[in-house]
Amino acid sequence: MKNAIQVKGLTKRFGRFTAVDRVDMVIPRERVYGFLGPNGSGKTTAIRMMCGLLEPSAGEIEVLGMKIPEQTRQIRRKVGYMTQKFSLYSDLTILQNMQFMAQIMGVEKSQRSGRVHQLLDRFHLSSFSNRPAGALSGGQKRRLALAAAVIHHPKLLLLDEPTSEVDPNTRREFWDELFIMCEGGTTVLVTTHLMDEAERCHQLAILHEGQKVADGTPKALKQNLGSRIFQMDGQDITSARHLLVGLPEVLTTTRIGVSLRVMLRPGQREDEAWLAEQVSGCDLSIKTVEPSMEDVFVMVTQETDKGA
Amino acid sequence: MSMPAAFVRIIAISRKEFLHLVHDRLTFGMVVMIPLFQLVLFGYTINTDVRHIPAAVADNLNSGFSRQLILDLEATQILDFNQMATSPQHLESLIQDGVVSAGLYIPHDGEQRYYEGEGRPLVQLLVDGSDTTLAAAVRQLSNFSFQPGSTVANQSQSQQIAVRLLYNPERRAALFTVPGLLGVILTMTMVMFTSIAIVRERERGNMELLITTPVRNLELMLGKIIPYIGIGLIQVSVILFLGVLLFNIPVAGKLLAIYTVCLIFIVANLTLGLTISTLARNQLAAMQMFIFIFLPSMLLSGFMFPFVAMPKIAQLLAEILPLTHFLRIIRGIVLRGETLNGVAIDILYLIGFAMFFLLVSAVRFSKRLD
Ligand SMILES: Nc1ncnc2c1ncn2[C@@H]1O[C@H](COP(=O)(O)OP(=O)(O)OP(=O)(O)O)[C@@H](O)[C@H]1O
Ligand SMILES: [Mg+2]
Repeated sequence: MKNAIQVKGLTKRFGRFTAVDRVDMVIPRERVYGFLGPNGSGKTTAIRMMCGLLEPSAGEIEVLGMKIPEQTRQIRRKVGYMTQKFSLYSDLTILQNMQFMAQIMGVEKSQRSGRVHQLLDRFHLSSFSNRPAGALSGGQKRRLALAAAVIHHPKLLLLDEPTSEVDPNTRREFWDELFIMCEGGTTVLVTTHLMDEAERCHQLAILHEGQKVADGTPKALKQNLGSRIFQMDGQDITSARHLLVGLPEVLTTTRIGVSLRVMLRPGQREDEAWLAEQVSGCDLSIKTVEPSMEDVFVMVTQETDKGA
Repeated sequence: MSMPAAFVRIIAISRKEFLHLVHDRLTFGMVVMIPLFQLVLFGYTINTDVRHIPAAVADNLNSGFSRQLILDLEATQILDFNQMATSPQHLESLIQDGVVSAGLYIPHDGEQRYYEGEGRPLVQLLVDGSDTTLAAAVRQLSNFSFQPGSTVANQSQSQQIAVRLLYNPERRAALFTVPGLLGVILTMTMVMFTSIAIVRERERGNMELLITTPVRNLELMLGKIIPYIGIGLIQVSVILFLGVLLFNIPVAGKLLAIYTVCLIFIVANLTLGLTISTLARNQLAAMQMFIFIFLPSMLLSGFMFPFVAMPKIAQLLAEILPLTHFLRIIRGIVLRGETLNGVAIDILYLIGFAMFFLLVSAVRFSKRLD
């Protein structure tokens, strides 16, 4: 078994609506694999199918060498799942929730208490471990949920937006933890809307309207973007933007702080001189820049829109 | 030397359910408040017009006179004579066995007594006094005046029919109502608690996590009912305590039997509730299904109206309901001093019912979201 997850032609239909559409995916072991995509692109649905919560309409899933959904029971102890929506018990305290998860996930009795307290410390929850989970802040809940998801040392960790509502410092610690676990032999599949998180992943896949529209390492995705990106600085970026918006060669224009970022459609070979011509009369400097992860995301999720 | 994982998981679920209960003050309060309210509210019997009570007749006279008397009594529609007996002892045993609820004894000198006019009752009516509504209906017949043929001779003003109550001779309604209330309250709280137990987790989103854990369906079901068994037994104790304190219900020497039967009945209701919970889409639907079960239980089980006085179809329906069987058992034990052996069939039904619905709930419970 060299891949943690292997998915072929994975499809989920809700009535006539197709939420996940013929997705092929291979997630190698001991990697942090990112799962990107706009809201409603099917990330949660795909993950739910991988842990046997939803039955696929079509396609094959193999998780840790087991066929899903047929062999779902065999992977239960080896998979940790952190749901997008908080799914621990709001009326139970942090400690009670953790004890419950330790018991139900089969942590040995002799190690239970030690493991619970170790995780509470690691995720900075010890000082209010007697507070009901429902009374926690958004980020605290996420920390509790992650602590609960890893309590049984899972081989595979499925994290559905673990860092939404989490502050930047905690986010860093989260990611440090993920890499520590990864080095310890755990494979991590993590969905996110944050580009800096996407950059940290070993590999990632981007979903759009249920279909996988790109995958690879962050570096390869950026290199293979196939679009030119320019950055414009100066007084007149607002008027420059107006001039550029309607042009067929231009895919997007985005203001980032005081500069304007312009992405051409893929395959367009126009250069800085062409761009300067389009905005002649504006007081601007133009330079070609390296594509960012966000450019990749926007490219693959907008391009298919227009194509459709 | 570690416990099997399955046990640990059942305990984990039970402990969690118990914590929910403790944290939910309202529900916890209901455990005690429901019995208290109901006992006070229903402390009196609901009297109703009862007809067609199954009865037996021991006709030792066997003449035109006695046949006329039987027909006239039947014409009141209160009694239906559908069994024959040979002696008063035979009548009593038919009543004891629940074959009939009343028995008419016509002595061989019944006709003679009528014409002598010495004021001696002509016949005796035996009634199962443990059902006070029934007994009250039959007692009306003590005012019955019999006039054989066209003879107007010897109009006696004295009582012609002597009514004798078997069991519960003091006619204490509470003796009848309180054991019934025990059943009604347990049905109400036990089915209600568990009918939302699973659907609530679905609604709150806990299910998405819970079903990705190694917990098995049957473990989940068992784990969920265990704390409520404890709650149910607490309620039984509250009701019995109040019953003894307020109504002087005789329970001495019968406590073990009462608790055993209650335990079985509690489990039957809990598994029924769980099954509802696996069928319902949301908590509201679960509540509606609960009421769908609870109302017939109240009306048909014999709690409100005497079972024997109901139409056949209603009786058949009532036989399905656990409360019907429980009432039979508990009244037998408390009022007639039955042993558990004497009510074995009803007990077996309850055990079968509980096992059946435990399995149904475990099979019905889907470890999926769709
Ligand atoms: N049970 C369901 N019935 C019908 N439609 C559903 C169901 N679950 C999901 N969908 C639809 O499937 C699509 C994909 O949903 P999904 O939750 O997988 O998106 P997502 O990528 O996780 O989005 P987000 O980033 O907002 O979490 C959405 O359009 C959603 O409305
Ligand atoms: Mg999602």
